[in-house]
Order: sequence, then structure tokens, then C-alpha cells
Amino acid sequence: MSVTAVERWSWPLVLLHWATALMVICLYFLGDYMVGLDYYDPLYQAAPFWHKSFGVLAGAFVVARLFLRAFSKRPIGDLQGRAEKVVASLVHGVLYLALVLLCVSGYMISSADGRAISFFGLVSVPGLGSLFDMQEDVAGQWHEWIANGLLILVGFHTLAALKHHFVTRNNVLWRMLGINHKGRGV
Amino acid sequence: MKALLKRFSAGIVLLAAATTSFAADYAIDTKGAHAFVQFRVMHLGYSWLYGRFNEFGGEFSYDPENPDKAIISVEIDTTSIDSNHAERDKHLRGAKFLDVASFPTAKFVSKRVEIKGDQTATVFGDLTLKDVTKEVALDVERVGMGRDPWGGERVGFEGKTKFSMKDFNILRDLGPMSQDVEMILSIEGIKK
Repeated sequence: MSVTAVERWSWPLVLLHWATALMVICLYFLGDYMVGLDYYDPLYQAAPFWHKSFGVLAGAFVVARLFLRAFSKRPIGDLQGRAEKVVASLVHGVLYLALVLLCVSGYMISSADGRAISFFGLVSVPGLGSLFDMQEDVAGQWHEWIANGLLILVGFHTLAALKHHFVTRNNVLWRMLGINHKGRGV
Repeated sequence: MKALLKRFSAGIVLLAAATTSFAADYAIDTKGAHAFVQFRVMHLGYSWLYGRFNEFGGEFSYDPENPDKAIISVEIDTTSIDSNHAERDKHLRGAKFLDVASFPTAKFVSKRVEIKGDQTATVFGDLTLKDVTKEVALDVERVGMGRDPWGGERVGFEGKTKFSMKDFNILRDLGPMSQDVEMILSIEGIKK
């Protein structure tokens, strides 16, 4: 480990970030699409299968990322001012929390009767059954609310990143692209 | 839900007491779970899918000498639907099926009884489901009657009826072979 400051996130974290971002967007629209499918639609069985498989993968990515992030060096940032730092930390915290809760609530829908969840047909994630009454309904409602909230937060997160990149012109987006780039004023 | 059932039961007791002087009143044995509200729907036209409502209550009044005077009321907690698959139950509770958030109870109240055979009858009554009330006919068979080993008296019936789901505002289309649902009410009453 280097003792000097790093200017970008490590490659594993960068890849996990963008893979999660892609999956979150795709899973959101796939989820929204699949719940509206007609019973006789050819995708009625396939769409939930892919949604759940990628959902489990996204959950694994989030856990891996939280673990890696806790043990890796934070790149130097050049956020301006205390308020910006606080808001950034808060948004990042809520993003991680929403990701975790989204995976947990999704799992709680499909496993409410103790059924396992197939992961791409390769392995089964065991179901833990119900922890409370009508779990599939309650978890389903939370899953929808959290997904909607997450999407709004992702929009804010994206706008903030673009602001840092194009307006403030600092290294916030560069460091998440894995590129060493000294922003203006660093 | 419990309070509602209690109030409902009290009403039935009064009704039963007022209209039947000789008939005995029975409580449906939900406590010992010797009563079932089941349903079945065709899946694709290839097989039968069975489910049930786990929470319900009801009473009936029955006199073997005057079976045509029998009356029965059953109230069902629609949120308790159980088809042995959580994801499907979630759909069944949803707006396109039972919409249990808006319509948490369903009920059947008998109106008249037509005796058919020695142990069989047709019970006509109002079924209320999703706030739609329509008359349905239950083909009922008396399964058995007598003393139980614990000092009580019991009688059991099984009734079947069939109706179109669209008639009760269940609009999700499950296919041409799956338009109807069959309800099977299998109950044991304990004499009060």
C-alpha cells in the first residue's frame, strides 16, 4: 500500500460502480415492465427470472463494493466547502442504504414462502421464509418505493457529478472513471 | 378484523335466534380448523390450481327435521388468501384480482334452501366479493352428523359453487379456460 495520496478510485471499485449503475437502471425498467406483463406474454416467466438473477448479482456487487471501499484508500477530493462535503456524504450513504434495502426487499418478496431464488439457473439462493405476516405484499410495496426513491437519487447523483465535471471542473468524475487527473485548483 | 368478525357473529346469533325457534345454532369450527374455504381455477386449461382462505368465520342454524329452514353466514378475510406461492398470493391480493386493500372482506349470506335429496340441497345466497353482491347457488351435501368424543355435537357440510370472476370485478384475464372460479366450502359446525 502506498502511503501517498491517491487521485482515483481503484479499478475494482470503478468497475463495481459502473456495473451497479448499469444494473440499477436496467433492473428498474425491467422490473417496471415485467409487472405489467400479460399472463400469456412469452416473457412472463423469463423477465422475473432475469430480474431476480441480476438483482442477486447487484446485491453481491454492493456487498463487495462496501467491503472494498471500507478497506481502500479514499482518493483526494476537491469538493468545495463543508456543505458540499456533507451533502455528498449523505447522498452516498443513502445511495448505499437504498441499494442494500432494495436487494433485501426484493429477496423478501420471492422468498416469503421459503422458496429459493434461482441465480441464472446456476445456483439457488435459499429462501428464509416469512418474518412477518403478508411479507410478500409489504416487501413488494417497499421494493417499489425504494426503487423510485433510488432512481430520483441517482438522477441527483448524476447531475452532481456532471456539475463537478463541467462546472467546477474538478476530478470527481475522473477519479470514478479510474483516470488520474488533477482538477482545477488541486 | 377480529372485532368485525365478532360483531358479525353477534348479528348472526340474533338473526338465528329470531327466525329459528327449533333449529340448533352451530359455530363453524375455525378454532380447531375443521373448516375450509377453498377455491380452484383452471391453469391454462391443463390443470387445477387450488387455494384457500385461511381466515374466516361464520355460523349456521340447522334442524335436521326442517333442513330447508337452515341459514348460514360466512365472512372471509380476503387478505388471508393462500395458494401456496407467495408471489402468486401477492398478485391475487393485488388490484387486478381481489384488491384486498380496498375490499378486505367477502361474505356469503344464505337466502333460501332447496332440498334435493336425503343429504343434499341447494343453498341460494348472496355472495359479496369486491363490493359486488350477486346470488350464487351452493350445491351442498351433508357429510355427517353426531356426537363428538369430547362431549359436543357436530355436523359437517360441503358446498360447491362456480361463478365467473368477471362478474365480481376480477378483471385479470387468465385465459379462455380460466374464466370461472369454483369455491368449495367445507365446514364442520359445533352445536352451541
